[in-house]
Amino acid sequence: MTGDILIFGEVRNGQMKKVAAELVSGARTIAAGTGGAIDAVLVGRGAAAEAQKLSTLGLRRIAVIDDDLTEKYSTEGYAKVIADLFGEAGYGYVLLGATAMGRDLGARAVAKTDGVMFSDCVDLRFENGACVARRPVYAGKLYVDIAPAGERPVFITIRPNNLPPASAEGGSAEIAERPSGLTREMIRAVATEIVPLAGGRPDVTEADVIVSGGRALKESADFRLLEELADLLGGAVGASRAAVDAGLAPQTLQVGQTGKVVNPKLYIACGISGAIQHLAGMRTSKVIVAINKDPAAPIFEKATYGIVGDLFEVVPVLSEEIKKIL
Amino acid sequence: MKILVLLKRVPDTEAKILINKEGSGIREDGVKFIINPYDEYAVEQGLLLREKIGGDSKVTVVCIGPSEATEQIRTALAMGADDAVHICDPALTRPGPFTSAALLAAAAREEGFDLILCGKQSVDYDMAQVHSILADMLDLPQVNAATAFELSADGSKALLAKRIEGGDEKWETSLPAVISCDKGLNEPRYASLPGIMKAKKKEIRTKTLADLGLSEVPGGGRSRILKWLPLPKSGECRMVEAEDAAGAVRELVRLLREEAKVV
Repeated sequence: MTGDILIFGEVRNGQMKKVAAELVSGARTIAAGTGGAIDAVLVGRGAAAEAQKLSTLGLRRIAVIDDDLTEKYSTEGYAKVIADLFGEAGYGYVLLGATAMGRDLGARAVAKTDGVMFSDCVDLRFENGACVARRPVYAGKLYVDIAPAGERPVFITIRPNNLPPASAEGGSAEIAERPSGLTREMIRAVATEIVPLAGGRPDVTEADVIVSGGRALKESADFRLLEELADLLGGAVGASRAAVDAGLAPQTLQVGQTGKVVNPKLYIACGISGAIQHLAGMRTSKVIVAINKDPAAPIFEKATYGIVGDLFEVVPVLSEEIKKIL
Repeated sequence: MKILVLLKRVPDTEAKILINKEGSGIREDGVKFIINPYDEYAVEQGLLLREKIGGDSKVTVVCIGPSEATEQIRTALAMGADDAVHICDPALTRPGPFTSAALLAAAAREEGFDLILCGKQSVDYDMAQVHSILADMLDLPQVNAATAFELSADGSKALLAKRIEGGDEKWETSLPAVISCDKGLNEPRYASLPGIMKAKKKEIRTKTLADLGLSEVPGGGRSRILKWLPLPKSGECRMVEAEDAAGAVRELVRLLREEAKVV
């Protein structure tokens, strides 16, 4: 095992997720401690072109794998690709984005390398010869600092939007295409198709702005108000569990402990009281605006700015004011 | 079809979670424990499949946990599961994902199975690793965080969906497999009164490490928690007030633009 680090650059629809540059940041933190080199691997259609985006970030090598058996994502196939690279180069660390794919893939790949994995980390540091990761537990109600015990490979999934994207360092990484080494028999479960979300809005986990609604909305049509504001800000629409359970919004929009954990620049909570399990899913938002009729609502304890008022009155005015400055 | 459903005892999602005096974990006094919410979808899915397939189909709950976890196991039996395996050993304190997966793999081999269902993650450590490691240990395909589940006509395959960033991903897997379940997959049933009465007579087979043929805790010692940290205190909320809603909103927009610089 070496102090070298492998980054998984996730490619979806021919585009690499922007978290890849954030992983390079994390890798630099580790490399500063281990003195190791940073490599990356990109798998899937468009991987070769996307690899160029990482080539000036001070990496040593970028492996590109793009054949018929990696066209569609499979946990088994992609995990074997990682494990094979791992076996050849003896990486000490593997970094992945804490995305749907990264979380799925990381856990299967770590099993193949008999390592240890820290999931959903929000920060990394290197101290006393070891990488220390900070990660939320109990859905973000607490955090732990966790370090590996003993000599074994360390896999880390890092939540998007937590580490700064790495800046260019010049140099040009060696980009090498290689075969996947997979056979059809190795892939028993496969992602056959992606059906995009209706509405064309970004997903809550990827949006910079989220306009979220709670039980104060009376019917699903009321979400129209929030959608208008979200569209003006190029944001996503979210919902509290209360709103989802009442049938006002689909489950895909739920923010909270049993929904999505989000981390936008701006979170606008409209008519959301602020139950613990909701706060757990959105409290790391950089700026939180709370709009609620009840001045005693717990959401105000977590908010940056608060307006006590009826969302049906406040939100339309807010949309009008935002229109003026755009 | 023999279905194993993995189940964990976790603190209620509504519970306030505080660090204990020693700084070594959470305070458990006064905290209500429940079935991990995602595992409830797995239990329900197991019951739905058993009802659909019929015959000698069977749903067996497998739980690693302290003796108190019997309460959550009984709840699953009251929902309708047939029997349970409770892996309970004083040597098991806070088992990590590799430990849990190794224990579950041992139990699964002993029980036999056609399908393993579980929650997509437990809402305590939120690592979402056990099912993937288990699938690898048993050399099975896996699909994580399913929101739809359908058996193919001949029962050899499952067709699934999961939510990913920006859409729904459709999956197909051969069986047997490990499938983890997400909210939206189904509506877990409540335990009925007759169900609760029947559950009292259902068998829970308690297994120690030795019963599973293990002389020590497998897969342990991989990580150390250096420190438990409370959330950083959030700053004071700035209440934006004005004579009317329009005035307050104008001031809010000014603050978002000039002070917070987010719009």
